Amino acid sequence: MGRSTKKGPYVDPKLLKKIRQLNESGEKKIIKTWSRASMIVPEMVGHTIAVYNGIKHIPVYITENMVGHRLGEFSFTRRFGGHADKSASKGQVKK
Amino acid sequence: MARIVGVEIPNDKKVEIALTYIYGIGKTRAKQICESINVDPNKKVRELNDEEISKIANFIQQNFKVEGELRSEVMSNIKRLIDIGCYRGLRHKLGLPVRGQKTKSNARTRKGPRPSRIKKKK
Repeated sequence: MGRSTKKGPYVDPKLLKKIRQLNESGEKKIIKTWSRASMIVPEMVGHTIAVYNGIKHIPVYITENMVGHRLGEFSFTRRFGGHADKSASKGQVKK
Repeated sequence: MARIVGVEIPNDKKVEIALTYIYGIGKTRAKQICESINVDPNKKVRELNDEEISKIANFIQQNFKVEGELRSEVMSNIKRLIDIGCYRGLRHKLGLPVRGQKTKSNARTRKGPRPSRIKKKK
């Protein structure tokens, strides 16, 4: 079930306040946030937001295409380095 | 043989079924088409006259995105996800399920056929 349109997109109020401040002063500063569920709104375009992934803040540069997605979609929470080399374990499998 | 929107040449089948050979048209849309231009969906394609065929072609062109156009739209949607570097884009790139399904087992549609096992020697 989607969110009611009456409410508008969900954005963390504190984050939005900081963005608006930056927009007014015309500054560009990296904002740290833990709010992965916040929707990206057009006001954020051009800013860099550091989104927490459980370990650290990953800087995400917001472009126009990202509007409507959520911040968490750009800050991955898992790491996968690929599977172990196949040839290394080959000798053990064969008998 | 009938040629509707580009290369589609469905043949000895009912109109309703034959139209689903077109990419972007399933049974629902096929029924819709038959209904809105008054063609019996149970009629075979070869029993259609030229007028009916051109009517069908026109109706599809005016109302639906099909074939190449639709394919390129889908591709560009996927490309957008990959370009903005979001999680869904990553999953598309890796060829894994995009919508949160498990990958410990199954997920073969996205992953393709299983890698063949090394046979045990006696």
